[in-house]
Amino acid sequence: MAISKPSPAIPEPLIETLEARELVIDIPGRPAGRPLYLRIAPGERWGVLGPNGAGKTTLLHTLAGLRAPRSGEVRLGGKPLSRLTRRALARRLGIVFQTHHDDFPATVRETALIGRHPFIVPWQQEGPEDLARAEAALERLDLSHLADRELSTLSGGERQRVSLATLLTQAPQLWLADEPTNHLDLHHQVAVMELLAEQAARGCGVVMCLHDLNLAARWCSHLLLLYPGGEVCWGEADSMLVPSALEGLYGQALTTAMVDGAPVFVPKR
Amino acid sequence: MADASVHRVSRKRRLRPLAWLALAALLALAIALALGSVGIAPDELAAVLLGGGDALHQTLVLELRLPRALAAFGTGALLALAGALMQILLRNPLADPYVLGLSGGASVAALLAMLAGASMALVSGAAFVGALVSILIVFGLAHGTGSWTPTRLLLTGVVMAAGWGALISFLLAVSPVDQLPGMLYWLMGDLAYAGSPWPVLSVAVISLLVVTPLGRTLNVLARGGLQAAALGVAVRPLEWTLYLLASLLTAVAVTTAGSVGFVGLMVPHMLRLRLGNDQRLILPASLLAGGTLLTLADTLARTLIAPQQLPVGVITALLGVPSFLYLLSRSR
Repeated sequence: MAISKPSPAIPEPLIETLEARELVIDIPGRPAGRPLYLRIAPGERWGVLGPNGAGKTTLLHTLAGLRAPRSGEVRLGGKPLSRLTRRALARRLGIVFQTHHDDFPATVRETALIGRHPFIVPWQQEGPEDLARAEAALERLDLSHLADRELSTLSGGERQRVSLATLLTQAPQLWLADEPTNHLDLHHQVAVMELLAEQAARGCGVVMCLHDLNLAARWCSHLLLLYPGGEVCWGEADSMLVPSALEGLYGQALTTAMVDGAPVFVPKR
Repeated sequence: MADASVHRVSRKRRLRPLAWLALAALLALAIALALGSVGIAPDELAAVLLGGGDALHQTLVLELRLPRALAAFGTGALLALAGALMQILLRNPLADPYVLGLSGGASVAALLAMLAGASMALVSGAAFVGALVSILIVFGLAHGTGSWTPTRLLLTGVVMAAGWGALISFLLAVSPVDQLPGMLYWLMGDLAYAGSPWPVLSVAVISLLVVTPLGRTLNVLARGGLQAAALGVAVRPLEWTLYLLASLLTAVAVTTAGSVGFVGLMVPHMLRLRLGNDQRLILPASLLAGGTLLTLADTLARTLIAPQQLPVGVITALLGVPSFLYLLSRSR
């Protein structure tokens, strides 16, 4: 399909689809593997599963336009990411990283507030509305009581929730999350998965890298299995949760049980 | 309504420290004008500044002390601003304007010019060219290699600085003994030959106008390159702008006063300990506090053991080190 300039007559769709076309992520020294064709439609919750070093983070960064693919392309709302400015992209797509760089002092509130950066022109200050959004996001993640605290004084799980609060303040249409439940206690793991599900229900697309098969089984509508050799398969969650496939993915024998109508996977001793 | 008042408070929180720092800057300039071989009382100083007063005082204040005080202020302002920018660029609170080897390049060129018997103006010109050469070498080496990270820039700069350091030692070792004091003064930073203050002052004002709209973007960059890119910052162009800007500011400062140490490292860092890390506050505050510190240090340098003058770099270190350690021990 030829790409022409969008004519002003066609309004930009409010809800956008993230597409990967013939995408091969670039991991140096790794064979190309099978190219990806993905359509992450509004309302879908994608889980990316795979062992350490399989390329989950690289895939997520490539989908976010932060890393060039080896071949193929990623499109948002039909437009290749490379043709969007960083700012236009950041207004629609947001990502939570696995690691944080807190080299300089900053408070929790300031950190949530930077989620508004893509929406404020350089010479403008954050307005009351921006602050209100940040406060609401902190409230949603149980962080209001920590708003004035320095990041360096937070626990790992609290810091992780601050990152999610920043993304909630950014309020993109596409949510990419690299191990969003890292460092979180059980209650907050569920709370974060509920938050992501709630965003999907609003019409956002969600992609998350996960290590917990049971969270993936319970909260994801689609799964993508990434093998260390570059092989990859994907589909609806029900069709992907095959014990033998998962055992092959991790090289770990599993016991499967059904709890509340959903499969539960436990590693065999 | 509650949110609107929070917003106003946060803006006020930025303006109040700046007002205090501006007051301190004016006070420091007044002290620099009043102190010296001939002390001038506050009322006499006011008379001179208003165009009256005694003729000797007029010459002293307007022709001798004012240009030097303004040059000191401008140099300190540039160094502190460059330090604050370099710290954000390298995501390292311990970076200073010289960490990437720029002062080394300037020093080698200045020492060579002194060896060749050049005039002070030519030595300054050579220092500027040396700084530019160093900027371009580091830029070329760090830029030419595909994957670029602040760490690679830092390593390239640090190794360049080590190389320049060796050349400086070599030049000092082979220089005639009677030239050594002048060279050492230059290396430690000295405002005795500063000349016109207008280049540093105008560069300081222009650079503040350039970086002020960037403040919020720099706050985001301080969170790391990936996070900044994910929030819509064009990271690479911004980083190169920062590198070139901070380097040029340092080059102008070094050209005026030699390599004055500590101001660029400590002033932004001390301000961050007290005021947090909002660049919209830290950058103008660094400018004012850096200028104030160097103005006071230079006043001490020329009065402490008068008529003998000390290199101002010695004073900044002697003043800066204990106050920095004090602040550090009182912070968390």
